[in-house]
Amino acid sequence: MSALNEPPVEPTEDDLELLRRAQSGDFAAFERLVGRLQGRVYAVAYRILGQAQDAEDVVQQTFLSIIEHIDAFRGESAVASWVLRIATNFALKVLRKRRGLPTVSLDDGDESFASVPHPEFIAAWREPPDVLAERAEMRELLDKAIAELDDKHRVVFVLRDIEGLSTEETAEALGLSVANVKVRLLRARMQLRERLTRELGDAATRVVPDHQHS
Amino acid sequence: MSCEELLRALNEVIDDASALALYTEFADHLSGCNPCQLVVDNVRKTIQLYKSGEPYPMPAGFQDRFRDALRAKWQARFPNSKPQS
Ligand SMILES: [Zn+2]
Repeated sequence: MSALNEPPVEPTEDDLELLRRAQSGDFAAFERLVGRLQGRVYAVAYRILGQAQDAEDVVQQTFLSIIEHIDAFRGESAVASWVLRIATNFALKVLRKRRGLPTVSLDDGDESFASVPHPEFIAAWREPPDVLAERAEMRELLDKAIAELDDKHRVVFVLRDIEGLSTEETAEALGLSVANVKVRLLRARMQLRERLTRELGDAATRVVPDHQHS
Repeated sequence: MSCEELLRALNEVIDDASALALYTEFADHLSGCNPCQLVVDNVRKTIQLYKSGEPYPMPAGFQDRFRDALRAKWQARFPNSKPQS
């Protein structure tokens, strides 16, 4: 089973047990924990950064930092969400560096619902997602669409919808308010919906929304 | 309820299975509004498609370097423990 298809971050006893053993100096346990989580960490970093080399750096920094701060885990959250939070912060640092900014614009004030675009191309999809997922060209479309999101929207979508963190965990990982996570998630979802439906929708079923003027 | 209001509540409609039962106005609006039905369906499928995507495999060449780096760091952090290979 692939790491991405595993059920989203639940406090599995296994992760916790491995971490506890690692905290007492058991390297084999730590390696097993890394083996369980590295795929998700890599996928999160890749999706945020869109690039393999940077994603590798994030994986390495994340687990080295965990060795350094292994006693910092207090068990308030699932081990996996703790690890993903650390990884996300390293990924954000890479974004900052890339943009040459002291901070990535994750905390540039609250966004409001008014900034969420209305749906325009509304149509039924020609094929169900499980069939689409098998298509070779789908990866490129999905990668392109997610790369077009603003960083601050993409990060929220990756953690919340792809990795299955709760809204609260996502807010905590990103240092945002829950309300802000919700509006950014909605924004990301609507933008991706628009983009994918233009590609995957059946134009014959297209309907025109009646809220054009609201 | 208007389409605008439904759009505002879209996260709840998508994420909270009980929302539709709890807030009958969502369900009432949806049952009479084809565009909103489609938007909800499109968003659900968008999320599903991203979730079901093939995982990104970690490059094999990286795996070895990564393990070595972990081992070295571990030995520095726990000098008394002997990681066996
Ligand atoms: Zn409507």
